[in-house]
Amino acid sequence: MSTPKPINIGQDYETKYGFHDPEKYIFKAQKGLTARGVEEISEMKKEPDWMRQFRLKSLEHFNRKPLPGWADVAMLSQINFDNIHYYLKPTDKEGRSWDEVPEDIKKTFDRLGIPEAERKFLAGVSAQYESEVVYHSIRKDLEAQGVVFLGMDEGLRRHPELVKRYMGTIIPPADNKFSALNSAVWSGGSFVYVPKNTKVEIPLQAYFRINSENMGQFERTLIIADEGSSVHYIEGCTAPTYSSDSLHSAVVELIALPHSHIRYTTIQNWSNNVYNLVTKRAIAYENAIVEWLDGNLGSKLTMKYPGVYLAGPKARGEVISVAFAGKGQHQDAGAKMVHAAPETSSTIVSKSISKDGGRTSYRGLVKVYPQAHHVKSSVRCDALLMDEISRSDTYPTMEIDAQDAQIGHEASVSKVGEEQLFYLMSRGLKEQEATTLIVNGFFEAFAKELPLEYAVELNRLVQMEMEGSVG
Amino acid sequence: MSQPLLEIKNLHVTIEGKPILKGISLTVNRGEVHALMGPNGSGKSTLSNVLMGHPKYTVTQGTILFQGEDYTALSTDARARAGIFLAFQYPTAIPGVSVANFVRTAMKARFGEAFEAKSFRKSFKGALEALGISENFATRYVNDGFSGGEKKRHEVLQMTLLKPRLAILDETDSGLDIDALKTVSEGINRLRGPELGILLITHYQRILDYVQPDKIHVLKEGQIVRSGGKELALELEKTGYKPYETEAAEAHAAGAKGVLG
Repeated sequence: MSTPKPINIGQDYETKYGFHDPEKYIFKAQKGLTARGVEEISEMKKEPDWMRQFRLKSLEHFNRKPLPGWADVAMLSQINFDNIHYYLKPTDKEGRSWDEVPEDIKKTFDRLGIPEAERKFLAGVSAQYESEVVYHSIRKDLEAQGVVFLGMDEGLRRHPELVKRYMGTIIPPADNKFSALNSAVWSGGSFVYVPKNTKVEIPLQAYFRINSENMGQFERTLIIADEGSSVHYIEGCTAPTYSSDSLHSAVVELIALPHSHIRYTTIQNWSNNVYNLVTKRAIAYENAIVEWLDGNLGSKLTMKYPGVYLAGPKARGEVISVAFAGKGQHQDAGAKMVHAAPETSSTIVSKSISKDGGRTSYRGLVKVYPQAHHVKSSVRCDALLMDEISRSDTYPTMEIDAQDAQIGHEASVSKVGEEQLFYLMSRGLKEQEATTLIVNGFFEAFAKELPLEYAVELNRLVQMEMEGSVG
Repeated sequence: MSQPLLEIKNLHVTIEGKPILKGISLTVNRGEVHALMGPNGSGKSTLSNVLMGHPKYTVTQGTILFQGEDYTALSTDARARAGIFLAFQYPTAIPGVSVANFVRTAMKARFGEAFEAKSFRKSFKGALEALGISENFATRYVNDGFSGGEKKRHEVLQMTLLKPRLAILDETDSGLDIDALKTVSEGINRLRGPELGILLITHYQRILDYVQPDKIHVLKEGQIVRSGGKELALELEKTGYKPYETEAAEAHAAGAKGVLG
């Protein structure tokens, strides 16, 4: 066992991620959201008419829908939708090698460690800067097997039939105000298709970077795992620290066809002026497995409840989430599991830490339809409060309409008490060391409950964030 | 003459404004074992916490000298690194932190560069054996689900490995059956030596059958009302703490009179 590393969430953010490049762009939309602006995006992208209609209809939904009343309304209502640039095109080409990426942007991703991570342990990388994917690549052998990993815009150009067939089917534009917003102004994101019985053994990674002030980033991701295939997708994100707010609102849809396996890992580390309002949902058909590993470290307000519709018999869904909330942050995260078929199972594990007045919320739904017999589901959420001024809330919802469902739910809130600190300090540990040991212990207990591979991965990701080496 | 290890001079302590200790003076020399006895609520645990620098208590008057230096305002962790050790009456649980990891981290803090990671396993194992603790204890989480006896052994285990200069044992005997009491007492006795000073805080004289004190003090209502040798423990066993209530009140009255006069 090693000496505990100090856990200084966000403390080095300024130097590691908070920097920004001088602004250079091909096109920057006026602030504010109009039908004309939406049409302009579609025209610049030379999209088919059905996509233009999809966008315009979505805008109507957005304008009609109120902000969700159950959420952190005080924070949400501070968003000034008229003060945001909804589209910003940094360059007019998508590089397939880093040499093709404009120098400033390449430097940024170098500094974030992306090309290095790509060489070391990734099967493919997509890098999005502002509204557009500026770089993407996939290993030749995977490409040869028919694996598709493209920016979403290119995905639409090259595979319009697949995009048209699946996009908006799991998360319809009218699902919520922010999915409507994304559907209206989406740009970038990833399109992944894994052919039948193809296993992508090493992860694909997408990295999202916001550079400008008052920027809105609206990536749209669609991952289709065909029968018997498997894929692991990782996404990371950062932004410069500005005094005014930016908005990130993504929509991610996963299609897990029978017997397939999708793992989706997120390490969200936006700067503390970014609203991160994201809708993520998967559908799992017969015997398919979908796992969401969700780490929320940054942002001002995050609202994210990854879900799995368990639509085929024996499908399985998991959400494992870890959240840190510091000063001025609210991590409102959770999970949704909808059991619509027999013998489906789900697990939700949520761990959160609040400090310096930060706030974490767990918001979850487990729904079991009457026809879904022999369902198993377990939910466990634990929160750790580092001080008296921080806050944590749990909002679990259970709608169980099948009589034989086995449902477990456990929740706990613990405080790093004066007595714990005193005890450790009475053994010679400095206050910071004592706190770190307590926090590490909180995760140790968590890791012990997880399958080994999860534990290793989460540790690696969390440690990377702590040390600040992304990738 | 050698310098005293611990000198408490006219110590007054409050918690949330309420006075608990009202002028304690006590000197412990190297190699001595002092027993501090007294009924519940007399301020015994307050004294042990204050010596360790618990932030909940306020020293309003008086000083604590350790090896001749004023420690009254020093932080808890600095005291510990200098060699003050408190065996807790109710040690708190640290879920997820294994005993081995905790003890190793504490030893690193206490000994700094002198800590030898290589010999840790051996000394740790040796200390477990000596206290009759099974080896799987190492992987259990600190005080998490420990029985009363396990908690006390765990405290003595740490004391053994951290090699303090001053050990304050806060009711280490409470809640132990006779076998556990013997093992724990033997553990304490093994550490006795010309360098170590021990302040043994207890409600009952039972442990004093196993750990022989050099001096006994009786605490009542925040004041030391009587000091003496071993014989005091036997006397207390017969009379209980009752007689000291009047003495405490009288001593307090006399003190007040002295100030006024």
